Amino acid sequence: MTLYGGYGVMRRALFALVLLALAAGPAGATAIERVISPGGIEAWLVRQPSVPLVAMDFAMVGGANEDPADKAGVAHLVASTIDEGAGDLDAAAYHKRLEDNAIELSFTANRDHFRGSLRTLTANRDLAFDTLRLSLTAPRFDTDAVERIRTQILTDLRRATTSPGDLASDAWWHAAFPNHPYGRPVNGTLDSMARITIGDLRDYAHRVFARSTLKIAIVGDIDAATAGRLIDKAFGALPAQAELAPVPAADPQGLGRRIVVDLDVPQSVIMFGGPGIARNDPDFFAAYLVNHILGGGAMSSRLYTEVREKRGLAYGVSTGLVPLAHAQLISGSTATRADRTADTLDIIDQEMKKLAENGPTEQELEKTKSFLKGSYGLYFDTSTKIAAQLVQIQLDNLGIDYIDRRNGMIDAVTRADAQRLAKRLLDGKMLVTVVGRPQGVTSKDLTASGSGG
Amino acid sequence: MKVAHFIGRAPIRSILLIASAFALAVAAHALPGPAQTAQAASVAHYTLTNGLELVVIPDHRAPVVTHMIWYKVGSADETPGQSGLAHFLEHLMFKGTAKNPAGRFSQTLATIGGQENAFTSNDFTAFFQRTSREHLASLMEFEADRMTGLVLTDENVLPELQVVLEEWNMRVGNDPGARLGEQVTAALYLNHPYHRPVIGWRNEIVKLTREDALAFYRRFYTPNNAVVVVAGDVSAEEAKQMAEATYGKVAQRAAIGPRVRPGEPQPEPSAVRHLVLADQRVAQASLQRSYLVPSIATAQPGEAEAIEVLVHALGSGSTSRLYRELIAEKGLAADAGAWYQDASLDMSRLGVYGTPRPGVTLHQLEDAIDGVIAEVIEKGLTPEEIERAKNRMIAAYVYAQDNQSSLARLYGAALTTGSSVEEVQSRPERLRAVTAEAVNAAARHWLDSRRSVTGYLVHDLKQSEEKRS
Repeated sequence: MTLYGGYGVMRRALFALVLLALAAGPAGATAIERVISPGGIEAWLVRQPSVPLVAMDFAMVGGANEDPADKAGVAHLVASTIDEGAGDLDAAAYHKRLEDNAIELSFTANRDHFRGSLRTLTANRDLAFDTLRLSLTAPRFDTDAVERIRTQILTDLRRATTSPGDLASDAWWHAAFPNHPYGRPVNGTLDSMARITIGDLRDYAHRVFARSTLKIAIVGDIDAATAGRLIDKAFGALPAQAELAPVPAADPQGLGRRIVVDLDVPQSVIMFGGPGIARNDPDFFAAYLVNHILGGGAMSSRLYTEVREKRGLAYGVSTGLVPLAHAQLISGSTATRADRTADTLDIIDQEMKKLAENGPTEQELEKTKSFLKGSYGLYFDTSTKIAAQLVQIQLDNLGIDYIDRRNGMIDAVTRADAQRLAKRLLDGKMLVTVVGRPQGVTSKDLTASGSGG
Repeated sequence: MKVAHFIGRAPIRSILLIASAFALAVAAHALPGPAQTAQAASVAHYTLTNGLELVVIPDHRAPVVTHMIWYKVGSADETPGQSGLAHFLEHLMFKGTAKNPAGRFSQTLATIGGQENAFTSNDFTAFFQRTSREHLASLMEFEADRMTGLVLTDENVLPELQVVLEEWNMRVGNDPGARLGEQVTAALYLNHPYHRPVIGWRNEIVKLTREDALAFYRRFYTPNNAVVVVAGDVSAEEAKQMAEATYGKVAQRAAIGPRVRPGEPQPEPSAVRHLVLADQRVAQASLQRSYLVPSIATAQPGEAEAIEVLVHALGSGSTSRLYRELIAEKGLAADAGAWYQDASLDMSRLGVYGTPRPGVTLHQLEDAIDGVIAEVIEKGLTPEEIERAKNRMIAAYVYAQDNQSSLARLYGAALTTGSSVEEVQSRPERLRAVTAEAVNAAARHWLDSRRSVTGYLVHDLKQSEEKRS
């Protein structure tokens, strides 16, 4: 792999650290070292000594998927409470330690993964990694702390019961994945959150926190030897092997259905989605380009132009690929006034059909390739962004040289590929949820005629 | 376009606190070692001959740049009856010019791989792009062109008004909490135009026209009313040359006088104000309170910093007074905290908010909040609380160095709200210098209920009248 840019100083194996690979980031911004700690834990490291801080992101397999079926929200509650006291420190002492030393530590659980993020001034990095160790290996889950956080989460969940965006999303996932972990809300429900016991939290931490699925990225004012030592400090005492419940692969259900959830709001919130493509599929970039052209980030996608710019139907409309560990989706959302909801659904449907039939133009494809290549560097301009990117690349199993290979993969997509993927992704029916009081739009089951929007 | 309205519960503060400057040398007690690169020293500030200000913040770690233009105009500069006009014009600025017709700027960004957006507050309107470094001159050319070259037609204006109304639906119409926030602010500012929502009152938004927008544009979009901020992989000298070759060529087209808005009634303070917003969609009751307090620009020396420390110790994070007493110890609240909007051309706001636990009424929660505040006023904060707050805030200045976009926003907001580059750079020093006496004096003076409005968000009006159990 190529090596260029300012941080290309190879740190030869020191202190039992093995340097296996070095990859260059966009235009030389990010040279990645693969570090193996003395304890045998791998991390990807980017040295940036010019700012006196260290950022680390990590992830382990097993997010909300590991929640017991009747206790949605366990992972979320664990992520919200392992920083509420650990080891000898009760919640107040733990937070005091973080705040007195300006250590920022946060945990989140999404569907597939449990993630953590640490930011510390260089001067406090030993203490920071030690505090993380406490949370991962000796969380206290004291009753008062758990109840305090549970109360906060229940407050959020109560608010969500009349939030159109939350309702549209929950209804969509519930209908798309019945009897599958993906069908349950990551943050739980008012009922499930109330049922979770401290034993459930301990069980989750015991099963999920392990070295076998751990991915780590470190960025900042730190060398490989120090990184190795601190990784062992934070993660070395974790069990070698996670004990995860098997999660079956699943396809989204209810394609062609439309579910209207009644809520007295002036604007209807719409979510739609159908089968997508796996991250490791050779056609992934063809699909990625197609999605970008349909409804991806830039202010010039087909949906943005047709729904917003030409007709003023919505403030935002977008689509995205959602390659989960056990299911692949393409999904989108928008919000529009009640009396134009039917029109908006029709326009989205037409645009998807048009792209499925004819594919993108050569010009659109070239422009989008140029965008995806040109904008990649924008995801690597802060320590925290780099750390998050590098953990994601590891979770997706793309290889330490992925950043170098990415442009080639984008360039290799032909118009025929894009056309084929447009047909594959956009020709079928979708599951649609609408929350609000849309005029002339009603729920529709699978036997009804017409496409799904 | 996709607007971060600085309305509601202090989103601007979250940006500024995270961003808050970065003069590293000042945080030296926490940061020994050679890494004190004192980046602050390299921030450059120029004024071109046409009056346009340029701030350059070099950051050579990644080959990307953030380019922003900030106009010193916001919703508080609107003519009464035309609320929402500053924000509507911000949307219309994407409609193209004679030289670069509809969409060319956005299409170019969509080709080269750039991000773009814009936002409006009551004091400023800002547009930004992020691209790789080699496109900077071209960004400046586009932005200089649309400073005076905007072409608006009914064809592009009318659909955009619908877009803005959908934005209103999303931010306000669909969200009772946001409507309460509007009401609290409107009641807090009795006379100053800050009482208008940035997005506008809906009945006035629907009446905005192409002519209104163009008149506003011609009055305020001129180089002598603009600040360009560039952060990223460029030297100050390079950026200056590019700016002179692009922005420097734009002639002034309007005289910009001092920004004097009607002030609040004197003598102050006046009345303790309470209001209730009931909506069937409210599934979780809560309360929010705002106090009228000075901003960085209007405060006496040291006063804004003392308020920053006070608010941090009172209501930021789980070691704060409000969290410890109301959530951890008394178990009355599920959530509680405080915030301060430091950047504001005129008198600003300090906020306190809370969500009661089940079985606790809003009255009980408010009494408890008042108890915490009364204790702070009476006995002051402890030296430990003050020290912890100062340390955390100063560390935030170091973390801010990591993010060129945050830094660009920090300087842009400062220079469009009556503050200065020097003020931003010396913030850590001035925070360090805050004394316990100053913090406690600020609490006594500014946390006066007669300076405040308290709003209850409830499901129905009966709920707000529940008596103490």
